[in-house]
Amino acid sequence: MRDNLRTFKNAAWLGWQMESNWTDPFLFATYSIVKPLAGTLILVFMYLVITHGDTSTPGFSYMFIGNALYMYVAEVLFGVTWVIHDDREHYMTLKQVYIAPISFYYYIFGRAAIKIAITSVGVLLTILFGIFVLDVEVSLASISWPLLIVSLVLGLAAICIMGLALGGISFLTAKHGQGINEGVAGVFYVLSGVIFPITILPTWAQSISKILPVTYWMEAMRRGLEPGVITDLGSTTGMDGMDNWFLMLVLILSTIAFLFISVGIFRFADKTARRKGKIDWTTAY
Amino acid sequence: MSDSWVIRNLRAIRGRAYPRVIGSIREPSWVIFDIALPLLTVAAYVYLYKFIDAPKEFVGFVILGGAMTAFWLNILWSMASQLYWEKETGNLSLFLMAPVSRMSILAGMAVGGLFFTTLRAGSTMAIGILVFGVALSLSNPLMLIAIFVATMVALYGMGMMLASLYLLFGREAYNMSNLLTEPIYLVSGFYFPVSKLGFWTAAGASVIPITLGLDALRQLFYPATGVQYAFLSIHLELVILCVLCVVFIFLSKASLDYMEKLGKTSGRLTLRWQ
Repeated sequence: MRDNLRTFKNAAWLGWQMESNWTDPFLFATYSIVKPLAGTLILVFMYLVITHGDTSTPGFSYMFIGNALYMYVAEVLFGVTWVIHDDREHYMTLKQVYIAPISFYYYIFGRAAIKIAITSVGVLLTILFGIFVLDVEVSLASISWPLLIVSLVLGLAAICIMGLALGGISFLTAKHGQGINEGVAGVFYVLSGVIFPITILPTWAQSISKILPVTYWMEAMRRGLEPGVITDLGSTTGMDGMDNWFLMLVLILSTIAFLFISVGIFRFADKTARRKGKIDWTTAY
Repeated sequence: MSDSWVIRNLRAIRGRAYPRVIGSIREPSWVIFDIALPLLTVAAYVYLYKFIDAPKEFVGFVILGGAMTAFWLNILWSMASQLYWEKETGNLSLFLMAPVSRMSILAGMAVGGLFFTTLRAGSTMAIGILVFGVALSLSNPLMLIAIFVATMVALYGMGMMLASLYLLFGREAYNMSNLLTEPIYLVSGFYFPVSKLGFWTAAGASVIPITLGLDALRQLFYPATGVQYAFLSIHLELVILCVLCVVFIFLSKASLDYMEKLGKTSGRLTLRWQ
C-alpha cells in the first residue's frame, strides 16, 4: 500500500510538472483561468443577448453552475485518457513506466489527481465570478454541504473510472483517443442537463439522458449548491420526482458498475496492446 | 523570376497541399470526429437558445458559428502549430533546404487545409440545417462568395503569419493554441452577435478576420435579424477584409524571413523537445 501511495504521489508530482513547468507560475495561472472563464462567458453573452442583461432568473443560475461543474467532466475525462497518449506518443516514456515495479492504475490516477486539482481551481474561480459579478444564486447559508460533498466525491470517482475505460481504448487507437474522449464528453454536455434542463430535449433524447450517470450527478450537485434554483425550476428540470437518496443510490450503483466495466475494458485493451506490440507504438501524431 | 522558378513553386504548393487533400479522402473517420463533434456543441447551444426562448434565427447563428469553428481550429492546429510540429518530426530542415520559397510551403498548407476544412464545415452546416430545420436567405450569392473568399484569404494569411511566430515556441505552442480557442470564440462572436460585446471590443476582435466574416455572413443569411444585430455594414466589412488579406500576407512573409534568420542564429530551427 505504501508503494502504491508513493506511486500516486510521484505520478501527481510528474503530472504537475508536465502541466506547469513550461512557463512561469503567473503565466500558467493566467492560462488556467482565461480558458474556462472565456468558455463560460460565451454562454453568459448568449443568455444576456436574449434576456437583455437579466441574470436574476433561475435559468441563468442553472446554466452557469452546470457549465462550471461540467469542467470536471471534460477535463478529468481528458486528463485520464491523455496520460496514455501523451506518455506513448509525445514523451515516449510509456514503456519505461510499464516495466517499472509500480501499479499502473495508481500511476494513472495520480496523474489524474493533479488534473482534478487544477480543474477545481478553475471551477471555484468561475463560480465565484458568477456569484460576485453576475448574481448567480448561490448562498453559503443554503448550501447542503453533505449532499454537495458526497456528490462531488462520487461524481469525480465515476468520471475517473470512465476515463480509465477511454484510456484503455486509446491503447489500441493511433489518433482517435482525443476524438473519442471529446465525443463522450460532448454527449454528456448535450444530454445530461448541463446548460439546459433535459425537458428541452426531444422525448427520445430524454430517455437517453436518464441512463447517463452525469445527469444524476449534475442534479445532485445543483441540489447541494443551489437548492433554491432547483425548487424554482420545479418540474422543468425533469428530475423533480426523484429524492436525494435516489440520486445518491444511482450515483453509487453507476460508479460500481462503471468500475467493473472500465477495469474490464482496460485489462482487455492492455492485454491486446501487449500482444500486438502497441505499448511503445508511435505514429508521429 | 524565371518560368521554372514559378513552376517549381507552384509544384511546391501542390506538393504540400497534396497530403491534406488526399488525407481527407483516405481517412474516413473524420466524418465522425470532424462533423459529429462540432455538431454536439452546436446542438447544446441550440437547445440553450430554445430554453431561453430566443428568436429562431439564433439557431441559424449558432449553426453558422459552429461550422466556422472548423476554420479557426484548422488555423490554430494545422497552420499556426504546423511548422512547430514539422520541427518536432524532423521535416522542417528538409523544407528549409528545398529550392523553393518558404511561402510556397505555407501556401500549400493553406490550400490543403482550406480544402478539407471547407468540406468539414460545409458538412456540419448542412447537417445542422437539416436536423434543426433552419431556413437561410440566399438573396445575394455574389456578395456571399466575395465575403467568404476574402475571409478565408485573410484568415489563412493570418495562419501563415502565426506559423512563423510559433516556430520558436517549445511546448508553449500547444498551450498557446489551447488558449486561443474559447477566448477567440468569445470575442469573435461565434455563437452570438459580436456587436453585443460593445463597439471597441468588436473593433479589436476584427483583427481576426473571422469576426467580420461571420458578422457579414449572418447579415447575408438573415437579412432582417442579421442587420438588426450587425456590427458594421457588409460593404465596409468586405473592404476591411480585403485590407486584412494584404496585411497578413505581407506580415507572414516578413515574419517568416525574420524567424528563419533568428532561428538559424540561435540554433533553434532544428532543436526538438523544448
